[in-house]
Amino acid sequence: MDTLIAWILRAIPFGTIIMYGALGEIITEKSGNLNLGVPGIMYLGGFAGFASAYLYENSVAEPNMVFCVALALFCAFIASMLGGLIYSFLTISLRANQNVTGLALTTFGMGVANFFGVFILDGRTATQSLVYKTFQTKLPVLSRMGVIGQTVFGYGFMVYAAVILAIILHHVLSHTRTGLNLRAIGENPATADAAGISVTRYKYLATCLGAGISGLGGLYYVLDYNQGIWATTGQIEALGWLAVALVIFTTWKPLNAIWGSYLFGMLYWLYQFLPTLIGFSVPGYITDLIQMVPYLVTIAVLIVTSLRKKREDQPPASLGLAYFREER
Amino acid sequence: MAGNHEPLMRVVKRGESPFKLKLLVRLIAVLMALIVDALFIYFVTGLNPLVVYTTMFKGTFSTPMRFSWAMRDLASLLLIGIALAPAFKMRFWNIGAEGQVLMGALATAAVMVYYGGKVPNAVLYAAMLVAAVFAGALWGFIPGWFKARLGTNETLFTLMMNYVAIQLVACCVNIWRGQASGLGKLNMKSKAGWFPQLFGQRYNINLIVAALLVILMYCYLRYSKQGYEIAVVGESENTARYAGINVGKVIIRTMILSGALCGLTGFLIVGGRDQTISTTTAGGNGFTAIIVAWLAKFNTFYMALISFLLIFLEKGAGEIASAYNLNDFASDIIAGIILFFILGSEFFINYKPIFRTGRHETLSKEAA
Amino acid sequence: MEYAIELRHITKTFGSVIANNDVSLDVRKGEILSLLGENGSGKTTLMNMIAGIYYPDSGEILVEGKPVEIRSPKDAYAHGIGMVHQHFKLIDVFTAAENIALVLDKHEKYDIRAIKAKAREICKRYNFEIDLDQKVYEMSVSQKQTLEIIKMLYHGAQLLILDEPTAVLTPQETEKLFAVMRNMKADGKSIIIITHKLHEVLAISDRVAILRKGEYAGTVETARATESSLTEMMVGKKVELNIERPEPVNPHLRLTVHNLTVENAEGVKILDHVSFDAFSGEILGIAGISGNGQKELLEAIAGLQNPDRDSSIVYYPDDDRDSTAEQLIGKTPKSIRDLGIHLSFVPEDRLGMGLVGSMGMVDNMMLKSYTEGSSFIADRSAPRHLAESIKKELGVVTPSVNTPVSRLSGGNVQKVLVGREIAAAPSVLMTAYAVRGLDINTSYTIYHLLNEQKQKGVAILYVGEDLDVLIDLCDRILVLCGGKCNGIVDARKTTKEEVGLLMTRLKEEQEGGVA
Repeated sequence: MDTLIAWILRAIPFGTIIMYGALGEIITEKSGNLNLGVPGIMYLGGFAGFASAYLYENSVAEPNMVFCVALALFCAFIASMLGGLIYSFLTISLRANQNVTGLALTTFGMGVANFFGVFILDGRTATQSLVYKTFQTKLPVLSRMGVIGQTVFGYGFMVYAAVILAIILHHVLSHTRTGLNLRAIGENPATADAAGISVTRYKYLATCLGAGISGLGGLYYVLDYNQGIWATTGQIEALGWLAVALVIFTTWKPLNAIWGSYLFGMLYWLYQFLPTLIGFSVPGYITDLIQMVPYLVTIAVLIVTSLRKKREDQPPASLGLAYFREER
Repeated sequence: MAGNHEPLMRVVKRGESPFKLKLLVRLIAVLMALIVDALFIYFVTGLNPLVVYTTMFKGTFSTPMRFSWAMRDLASLLLIGIALAPAFKMRFWNIGAEGQVLMGALATAAVMVYYGGKVPNAVLYAAMLVAAVFAGALWGFIPGWFKARLGTNETLFTLMMNYVAIQLVACCVNIWRGQASGLGKLNMKSKAGWFPQLFGQRYNINLIVAALLVILMYCYLRYSKQGYEIAVVGESENTARYAGINVGKVIIRTMILSGALCGLTGFLIVGGRDQTISTTTAGGNGFTAIIVAWLAKFNTFYMALISFLLIFLEKGAGEIASAYNLNDFASDIIAGIILFFILGSEFFINYKPIFRTGRHETLSKEAA
Repeated sequence: MEYAIELRHITKTFGSVIANNDVSLDVRKGEILSLLGENGSGKTTLMNMIAGIYYPDSGEILVEGKPVEIRSPKDAYAHGIGMVHQHFKLIDVFTAAENIALVLDKHEKYDIRAIKAKAREICKRYNFEIDLDQKVYEMSVSQKQTLEIIKMLYHGAQLLILDEPTAVLTPQETEKLFAVMRNMKADGKSIIIITHKLHEVLAISDRVAILRKGEYAGTVETARATESSLTEMMVGKKVELNIERPEPVNPHLRLTVHNLTVENAEGVKILDHVSFDAFSGEILGIAGISGNGQKELLEAIAGLQNPDRDSSIVYYPDDDRDSTAEQLIGKTPKSIRDLGIHLSFVPEDRLGMGLVGSMGMVDNMMLKSYTEGSSFIADRSAPRHLAESIKKELGVVTPSVNTPVSRLSGGNVQKVLVGREIAAAPSVLMTAYAVRGLDINTSYTIYHLLNEQKQKGVAILYVGEDLDVLIDLCDRILVLCGGKCNGIVDARKTTKEEVGLLMTRLKEEQEGGVA
């Protein structure tokens, strides 16, 4: 039982990182843009959030932690949106290839975060921002109410924010005109255009907002999951690709991202807890194989959806294609 | 109705642009990127960008050894670019080069681990090569088959296959290293499976293979019947069917080829460059090579040029980093900016902006 | 008289092509106006200008007596104009109600329940049958069309334009549509219906406006019109073209098509039990309003379609009938070629099917012959010679034989394609709209080439749209209507009216046969 609890306590924060990444990417892909720059964007968000918090902490005698959290969120969002803006400008206005632009953005974002990150590290291997304590603040009473309190209420606010965000996005996509228009653009931009919807504006907004949301995943990773420690690693990149996988797994539905991300989290940490759960030890190499599972599951989902050809589960029909209003 | 005037600028597709225009647009793009990079360097370091750019040259050209290393890294990147060329020419988005290379490397390493010293070297090399090519081909075949039969999205499929490969490598490395903290070079004592030294370096073989493949792949795509089929399928599946081409077969065959060449690259990297394997054996080159292949428009000679540019930047940035106490991630930023500009510049090659000129539309007479 | 819409002196050109020239017509309030004309007579272009897809070069549009500017579909909605295009503007994965909501005015609240309630009211009023929660991709063509009409009415359309609405409908569905149209008319709506089917024109409309080659040919009261008077107005007087027509030399049976049936992805029969013979040394014209199965007919013979099982296409190499006859059904283009049968095919979509736009003439010459020889390397010297000789003989204007063919003008593209197909020494030559978009000289070059092939003993299937050409060039003319063979006439004896009538209405006995 304790193992299971420990497992859940690991899986949910892990899932939260990629949930942000995936929610942002769902919005982006719903507009028909396949942004493979998610890892780069998460780097941008993670670094901008960390750097702003760290610099604020170290420049003020008595930092206000609530302000610090807000500042980190704001900076992470803006920096990620700028990444999305570069992508949008190149792919929407200049009609550059989406895949290639996304990959270049990943390189760029990773470069920017790590390049400037080294200035902050200033020779150390890692630095820590104390704002993580605020990020990790749990609900005062509920989190102490036994097992349920621990596993359901025992996390920082961004875990709940992610769930709320998923629900809001679901509502927006399914029950508002904005969502309807956005989905129409991803499916058939020419028809949406004929209906008087501004395809370009929607694509820009969806891609930039989506990038902003994805970037929060990077922020959450650094300032909560990783205890506010910034170090130069490739970890965020792997998380970014996992977020892209999660988008496929959810079949482009935000509500599925909630349980999907936790499932991915469980699968990711399977290697550490499964041995204790089933009672005998497993050699290290098996754990590597187990870490493969999220990707295998995603591939399976990809194959099954293309096999069943159920229209609701397919990628947006115009995903990856630039829209060009043909003139005779 | 208000607000519904003729737009200030609209764009029309160009038919085919003259070579001069293409060259000019790209030169301007690189130039603008260098200016932006210079501004970036100046604001971050306060150094004179021109001096910094001169320093960059040292990264590749200061000593013969530096140049040799640059060539070594160029070979890895270029080989993957060549491997991707047929798939991309077919408009098949093979984002899975990273995984296909890793699978080739893994198969090579496995042969080295299990047969190193037990069979004659010639047999060992042959076994390494065959295993690597087969493993890479398999990794290309799987998404290719699903694309041809079920229309499964290849971009996402190949992307996922990368991580399956990475975990497989991690698993095997874990087994092979045993209690040691790292894997280290394989067959350290016997050097079984290591490439022989050629002009003083083992990796020079990689360079020769890369140079050879540049020519071979160029000829394959340009002169062979299969290359012709790939071009037709990439251009229009409808035309391909009209011509009697079995589209599914071409897709599968081409992906096997693309994967096999990636596998070959893995073999060369392990045997000629690293003599070991890790999850970073491909080192992101699988992704960078996609950009290389795309920008070169599948011409392998252009690929060599673009690969060189990227390697030069990387080495140059490394040089700047050590000279001015920065870090070599600068190369990612500089390369990223250049890539953004080149990608953006394609627009001006493919499209022609037409500005509002009043009531009468100046329907462009395209330069025929 | 109150008018729903008046067009005054509308002219629209695309490059050097004049689509509409000084067209003036009007639609009265509460009437159904048929817009009649041959393919390419400019009907759809004219309607697109009312619907805000195109903007006229000159002329004026008046809605309810007031001059208006219609620059976008939104403007058209605002003026109460709704158009149902041939290609429906619907999102497949949306429900009917969501599709209706898509074009709602921004200021109106998005409330799917209210939308459904209002839509249901419209359905009740005009007697539409539709499930508002059904996804579009689950709908039949007729249901999609109904949805489009409801969508337009929802947005307050007072004038509805229907572009060939019956082309995709069964007779029963057509009847239903007409019933609904009459309901709408009774409710005071005005309707423009584009159609080719004369009996439908007579059945549904109050007046008929006719376009001919982009120009307005007049409007008549339906009550005073007959099928033949309309046909005459539509096709105009016979124009003498002076196309040579050699007598067939020693014709023998080359191709027997029997009960050819082809269904599209939605299970609709595009070709319905078509049977005919084609002879060597003869040009068999295939006439019909476009989209009545011509494309599928040629593609089926070329091995690019999947005909039903009971279909049969038998190829006879020479007089010796039974021994070497080949069944072509179930064969791919390559396996047909491997049998030594030279079928040449000039498809309608020249750059999307017949040629590879980004390749030069040389590479395009190889498209069907590149597999020849056992070498791994593709032979390019023979194609180069062929390209050079086609360039010279047909006078293809191109900077070089390696210039991408997409950069050539339409006429030159067609010369490249026809040249290649003829160079293959075919025994059957199929052409679809071989002279569409070409100038007079190039057209005559093509006719001449076809006649040369005819005299060599090739069986030629010529799908055309210009009746004057069909009657002057061909030996016999097969008329397709609704995917059925509506008759085969002797081109030397027939009249434009006869062919025109066969094109626009199914023969009685066949009409009765539709289950």
